[in-house]
Amino acid sequence: MNGAFQYFMNNQDEVLALTLQHIQLVGLATVIAILIGVPIGIYLTTNDAVADVVLQIAAIIMTIPSIALFGLMIPVLSVINQGIGFLPALIALILYSQLPIIRNTYVAVQNVDPNMRDAAKGIGMSSWERIRMVEIPIALPVIMAGVRNAVVLSIGIGAIAAFIGAGGLGVLIDQGISRYNRDMIVVGAVGVSLLAIIADTVLGILQRVLTPKGMNINA
Amino acid sequence: MTNKRKASTFIRYFFYGIVLVFFLWAFIQGYFSLIFEQTDEFLRLLRQHVLLVLVSSLLAVGIAIPAGILVTRPAFRKLEWPVLNLANLGQTIPSIAILALVMTYLGIGFYSAVFALFVFSILPVLRNTVAGLNSVDPALKDAAKGMGFTPSQILFKVEMPNAAYPIMAGIRTAMVMNVGSAALAYLVGGGGLGDFIFTGIVMQSQEYLISGAVPVTLLAICIDFFLRFIEKITVSKGLRRSAETAEAS
Amino acid sequence: MIEFKNVTKTYDGKVNAVDDVSFTVPQGNIAVFLGPSGCGKTTLLRMVNRLVPITKGEIFIDGENTNSLNEIQLRRNIGYVIQSNGLFPNMTIEDNVTVVPKLLGWDKEKMRSRFFELMDLIGLKPDDFRKRYPHELSGGQQQRIGIARAMAADPPVMLMDEPFGALDPIIRSHLQKEFLQIQKEVQKTILFVSHDIDEAITMGDQVAIFKDGRLMQYDAPDDILANPANEFVSTFVGADRAIKSLGLHTVADLVNQLKVTPVAADSKQISLKTDLRQILSIFFNEGYEELVVVDEEKKPMGSITIQDVQKYLHQTNQSA
Ligand SMILES: Nc1ncnc2c1ncn2[C@@H]1O[C@H](COP(=O)(O)OP(=O)(O)O)[C@@H](O)[C@H]1O
Ligand SMILES: [Mg+2]
Repeated sequence: MNGAFQYFMNNQDEVLALTLQHIQLVGLATVIAILIGVPIGIYLTTNDAVADVVLQIAAIIMTIPSIALFGLMIPVLSVINQGIGFLPALIALILYSQLPIIRNTYVAVQNVDPNMRDAAKGIGMSSWERIRMVEIPIALPVIMAGVRNAVVLSIGIGAIAAFIGAGGLGVLIDQGISRYNRDMIVVGAVGVSLLAIIADTVLGILQRVLTPKGMNINA
Repeated sequence: MTNKRKASTFIRYFFYGIVLVFFLWAFIQGYFSLIFEQTDEFLRLLRQHVLLVLVSSLLAVGIAIPAGILVTRPAFRKLEWPVLNLANLGQTIPSIAILALVMTYLGIGFYSAVFALFVFSILPVLRNTVAGLNSVDPALKDAAKGMGFTPSQILFKVEMPNAAYPIMAGIRTAMVMNVGSAALAYLVGGGGLGDFIFTGIVMQSQEYLISGAVPVTLLAICIDFFLRFIEKITVSKGLRRSAETAEAS
Repeated sequence: MIEFKNVTKTYDGKVNAVDDVSFTVPQGNIAVFLGPSGCGKTTLLRMVNRLVPITKGEIFIDGENTNSLNEIQLRRNIGYVIQSNGLFPNMTIEDNVTVVPKLLGWDKEKMRSRFFELMDLIGLKPDDFRKRYPHELSGGQQQRIGIARAMAADPPVMLMDEPFGALDPIIRSHLQKEFLQIQKEVQKTILFVSHDIDEAITMGDQVAIFKDGRLMQYDAPDDILANPANEFVSTFVGADRAIKSLGLHTVADLVNQLKVTPVAADSKQISLKTDLRQILSIFFNEGYEELVVVDEEKKPMGSITIQDVQKYLHQTNQSA
């Protein structure tokens, strides 16, 4: 542990740069995943048949091991000369994030009690007011829980993406293994773990803040 | 209504189509060649992979379920909170980090990999066992006790069967993730099909990549499918309705 | 026979949930534990099968101190029914009903025939329900199965904690009547918890009224209605207790005590078994001046008026 700490102190700049790279990858993937997943999740509440299929497909994608997904994508993306690097990693993270985000959005919107919708209409809210003041506040914490899941997952997979040249903290593990540098491996492993734990904690707090008082969800 | 059904059918077959096209394309390109040309090596790695998964999962299940039972017994209830929080925290830690850390302390090799996978698999099983046992309606336990069930009869005839769905789901999650993490075992000298995949990455060889990645994926999907089947036959029909609603939420 | 002797329960060394309670329930009787929420009914009930340990005092079943018995054996010989039915969702109806016989090691054949017997007793078709699961049954059916399960090993004593409490009023009163029919056949000694005075009057041979863990009165229902022991009991049974007491009496009782006018008017006919509370509501709701009493062969015996009911009520309350 001491050696690892020394390594960290001596290479602060590099570790910091890799951390930022890691956050960039995960952040960008998450933003895109939300932009795709939330509308899909909302749409699915209007069509049960499609919901079944889409959730099933998302679940199948989740069962594909991440390193295997990279293995599958590299040959395909090689066709457009993007086999290795940032793009396959980004696509993989977006794909993996879909299930938690779509599923939680779907459940969240579906759980908005129809009686509450009626009540909102009854007191004269317009559709937009209703969505803004009733439905979103009720659905948001559950969607947030899905995002939190997706982010924690993505941080771990992002570390594996270093092996296909996507950068990030996984680089320390990758290079540490090939150079037999134990301290480097430890800094990389502890770094990703801390990143995941911090992201989980911060998003957990955000989720709680977004939860209207008097509502209790354990998603 | 019919339009909606059409849309769902379309999406389903579109997905099948992509998978089929991918397989045909990879096949025509000869990307599966290693499986046929180095069959012995392939089978050795496959066997190693399955062994990694089975040994680590069985150990994990064998420890996590009794541990989950233990911390939900009145005498050990105090342990529940720390154990659950530790499990939650542990589950946040990426598998690659666990593998890397285990390797730096235990060295490389099959057993280090098994140990890392074991640690990684314990958590979901433990968490679901505890959650499952806690979700059993206290009225059921009370009724059983009142009718003269002994504590072990309450555990095995009431609590475990009624918690079977979440426990089985935890085992399934753990094993499917385990197949994927086992593909990283190559990095710590644990062997398995990750050998082909990482070689493929280093050598920029589509043959290695596909011959490794496709079998790993199929292995994960098969294990998922198989465990869903086991779930169907082990979880009582009387629980199916509540199990379905639980999964949807 | 069940005997409570100075039974006390103190949770966590604080107030007494049950406070020095003594009374005896005769063989084959239903004793209803009645009182507001939190007065210790459930606690007292659960001390009988030792789900709750007794702090002080003793409980005897047929002369035997429950504390001298093995608690598992004790419980297997006592039927136990709870409000939320407690059916095991993972087991079929048949497995649920025969669960205690199975613990007791009965053979398959005997369990099967017992299952059919019990289903007949509670009025459900055995073959329709055998392979089904609890969640496929209605609330009323589930509660019936819960009762059948409690009676499976034919225990002499049954404990029932608000068994009909979760059901809607119509089904509840239906099950109450049905259960009284069953009890006529099986003659168990039953402790029955309720917070509903009407249910207590309908079901109880005796009613024990509690307040803050103390026994306020232990008597037959009509004695409690006629002579409440104190302010608390009389408030609890309600100002309309006279009318409630009518539910305990039938047209036959009235005809025995009063002379009915032999002239049979042309009006609604009522049987001798109808209780007087129902008679009163027929008078009020349907606006008849008089009702024609008919015997078992539907032969008119005479007619009664609302004044007859009033007179009867007056006389019985004075004699009690
Ligand atoms: N396990 C327990 N621990 C502490 N106090 C209890 C427990 N069970 C019941 N009590 C208390 O004992 C009193 C009687 O409870 P209970 O027997 O359940 O009443 P009832 O069934 O008449 O509603 C209540 O004040 C209740 O809060
Ligand atoms: Mg109670």
